[in-house]
Amino acid sequence: MAGFDKVVNSYEEALAGLEDNMTVIAGGFGLCGIPENLIKEIKRKGTKGLTIASNNAGVDGAGLGLLLVDKQIKKMIASYVGENALFESQMMSGELEVELTPQGTLAEKMRAGGAGIPAFYTATGYGTPVGEGKEEREFNGRHYILEEALQGDFSIAKAWKADRFGNLMFRKTARNFNPMAITAGKIAVVEVEEIVEVGELDPDEIHLPGIYVNRLIKGSFEKRIEQRTVRSA
Amino acid sequence: MATNVTTGLTREQIAQRVAQEFQDGYYVNLGIGIPTLAVNYIPSDMQVMLQSENGLLGMGPFPLDEEVDPDLINAGKQTVTMVTGASLFSSADSFAMIRGGHVDLTVLGAFEVDCQGNIASYMIPGKLIKGMGGAMDLVAGADNIIVTMTHASKDGQSKLLSECTLPLTGKGCIKRVLTDLALMDIEDGKFVLRERAPGVSVDEIKALTAGELVIPGDVPEMTFNRP
Repeated sequence: MAGFDKVVNSYEEALAGLEDNMTVIAGGFGLCGIPENLIKEIKRKGTKGLTIASNNAGVDGAGLGLLLVDKQIKKMIASYVGENALFESQMMSGELEVELTPQGTLAEKMRAGGAGIPAFYTATGYGTPVGEGKEEREFNGRHYILEEALQGDFSIAKAWKADRFGNLMFRKTARNFNPMAITAGKIAVVEVEEIVEVGELDPDEIHLPGIYVNRLIKGSFEKRIEQRTVRSA
Repeated sequence: MATNVTTGLTREQIAQRVAQEFQDGYYVNLGIGIPTLAVNYIPSDMQVMLQSENGLLGMGPFPLDEEVDPDLINAGKQTVTMVTGASLFSSADSFAMIRGGHVDLTVLGAFEVDCQGNIASYMIPGKLIKGMGGAMDLVAGADNIIVTMTHASKDGQSKLLSECTLPLTGKGCIKRVLTDLALMDIEDGKFVLRERAPGVSVDEIKALTAGELVIPGDVPEMTFNRP
């Protein structure tokens, strides 16, 4: 690596320094826009005791679901964990700790973590189990709870296109949690479908500037579809 | 409360009645299930833009087989398309729209609603623990919410209570509920009966509503043609 060039050439290099018991923030929504090869590399490395923040926990045999097989995840911070039998059994047996977090709160916790904001007030979750034990405050007659920001030792994410400086573009709804996840990691690792030379991307069309990206790698993606739904012509 | 009611609205009719709440130029978020069916009843002369909280405003119909794109899904993880004029954004921006009150109408399902405006929709302790997804943000952020649900469980237990028994999704945030039997508003700690499903009597609704129910004079039957 030289200067602002963020490109690394192997997945091993991309996740060098990831150790047991670290916190990882992951992008993706369901199986859409997930860093599928980075997840596979964590499985290969066998890193254990991980706390992972991601909207979902994958499904059986795909996405973060792969890390459940060898019990690599100690704690999961997610908004929705259905459609995953292995997850359910590990959660019910108490092997896997789960912190259910409302989807918008999770996105904002990541955003705040990357933006240097330690906590924020939100009405989401007030008066529900999510609000239990959290500071409450009233503004203009409405009730809010204090939610703390999330930061990770690593973040793993997927974008569509990048230049070598790590300036990123996302594609369609594969953007989802990826931009915030990237900003919230001390070491942000991003895999993309295409890396172009610096200067080829229009600066006005960059979704996330390369300042947030530490390591960049080009991968090939399966892009499994969870619910293939079509209409007839 | 074992009244046998067989004359309630079908899922399609509930969706049809929901669609009557749409207005031209509305940005709408529809929950998974019955609410999603409401798109089939948007009048052709009306423009409604659907928000999908995973980062899409302007959701279109399901794709043709050859149009399927794994990078384009809705919040239920189904493959979808975009309408002309659609826009794409991150989850943080998506919930800024929702929390910031920019979405005109939210329609979602529930297990229980009570006459304090509380809603329980995401967890049955010991049985169903899948998570709240975006539902807590939606009920906390939106001003205009319609909850669609069945009025009672299969064994005749009311789901419209004086106090929810399941863990809450939101507190004091529901003002309108549409069930297979009735359309009700929630005002001052009471359900107020606004419309009946065709062929369903006020007494039947009363018998299946555990929370306090106000019947304001004549309660009209629902109609399914737009006024």
